[in-house]
Amino acid sequence: MNWPLLWQGFLETCMMTVSASVISYMIGLPLGVLLVITRKDGIRPAPTFNTVLGAIINFLRSIPFILLIAMLIPVTRVVMGTTIGTTAAVFPLVISASPYVARVVESSLLEVDHGVIEASQSMGSSTWQIITKVLIPEAVPSLINGAAVAVTTILAYTAMVSAVGGGGVGAYAITKGYQRGKKYYDFMYCASAVLVLMVQIITITGTRLTRRLDHRIR
Amino acid sequence: MLKAKNIVKNFGALPVLKGVSLEIKKGEVVAIIGKSGSGKSTFLRCLNNLEKVDGGSIEIAGKWMVNDGAYAPAKEMRGICLKMGYVFQNFNLFPHMNVLKNLTEAQICVLGRKKEDAEKYARELLGKVGLADKEKAYPCQLSGGQQQRVAIARALALDPDILCFDEPTSALDPLLTQEVLSVIRALSLEKRTMIVVTHEMNFAREVADRVVYMEEGVVVAEGKPDQVFESEAVRAFTGKAEN
Repeated sequence: MNWPLLWQGFLETCMMTVSASVISYMIGLPLGVLLVITRKDGIRPAPTFNTVLGAIINFLRSIPFILLIAMLIPVTRVVMGTTIGTTAAVFPLVISASPYVARVVESSLLEVDHGVIEASQSMGSSTWQIITKVLIPEAVPSLINGAAVAVTTILAYTAMVSAVGGGGVGAYAITKGYQRGKKYYDFMYCASAVLVLMVQIITITGTRLTRRLDHRIR
Repeated sequence: MLKAKNIVKNFGALPVLKGVSLEIKKGEVVAIIGKSGSGKSTFLRCLNNLEKVDGGSIEIAGKWMVNDGAYAPAKEMRGICLKMGYVFQNFNLFPHMNVLKNLTEAQICVLGRKKEDAEKYARELLGKVGLADKEKAYPCQLSGGQQQRVAIARALALDPDILCFDEPTSALDPLLTQEVLSVIRALSLEKRTMIVVTHEMNFAREVADRVVYMEEGVVVAEGKPDQVFESEAVRAFTGKAEN
């Protein structure tokens, strides 16, 4: 086993997962809010906008990630300045994860009781106040639960970006393990174990935080 | 204080309000009664801009909210809506805020009150509804009756000119109903202007200065409680309710 290399891969995976998650939420959270408030029964109905945004999101989500990476290569070059390596991998990760995050956020926000929104409307709140003081705060436990799922998905995707030379634990598993033949499969199993462990940690953290922050169940 | 004229509202092809008019004077308590589906809750929601009317006019405290089907500009709307307080059938407290925060949030965000002032006022109101010891509790830790009393205090915290109750006791058992009704009764003694949509006939008779009976989207009878409860239409309704 090449421990230093696996360690380096672990750090690269962390870097890709964290930065892709943060940027995806910066894009996906507002999109999710837009999806919810522009619904026909939302607080700022705009059905046409909602349909168009929904269609774009569905379109991006329906392209298999591995093909999206290939198709995005020219754009990645312009945006990130390079098409290979860990930094370059973040771009396709963000493009793929943002619409996913938007949908996850949307479903969390839709769980907020409509009556509570009406209550804040009846108290004269502006749209912005409803979003920032009621809609998002009331959905926090569910948003965190959703975030655990989204980050897990992004983590799994980082293993795929080794196709464009992105590093990480996934690349280690494939280049040091799988591609070198049966004798080196241990490398692959060990790297996979690391990924499984990371997913477990993310999921457990998410569940605990959700439970701690949810005041509806005691 | 409030003038509603010829309010028309349709849900798709279904007419729910077919020209409802109502005038309320300052300090008056008006009870709206009628069968489920008669449009009384929808009417109350229209007065609070929770539902958009399809026609008619609403004037609140001298300002037009809707003039012949045309709504006031969004900026004015918020000010006009603030004159109305609303208490929901299902309480609709903010589940992730404790009782105190439920009462202060809108005071601070919407009215721009200082946090200390808002909290002081909130505590005063909690005392009034008999829940001074519950300010740290979350809604899920309270009974339905307590939640509704918090909701009433929350509505009062914004100093509305008119307080609206949409079947405030329909989700409560008889015992809890009484504790909420006694709070509303106490408010009526303060000469607050109130509109109460209710199925509690005895309460309506006792507390209301005026009773409005609605049927299928129109006002069928209106007047002093004794007159209205003696009218033929209402006797048929309450008679059925007793069976």
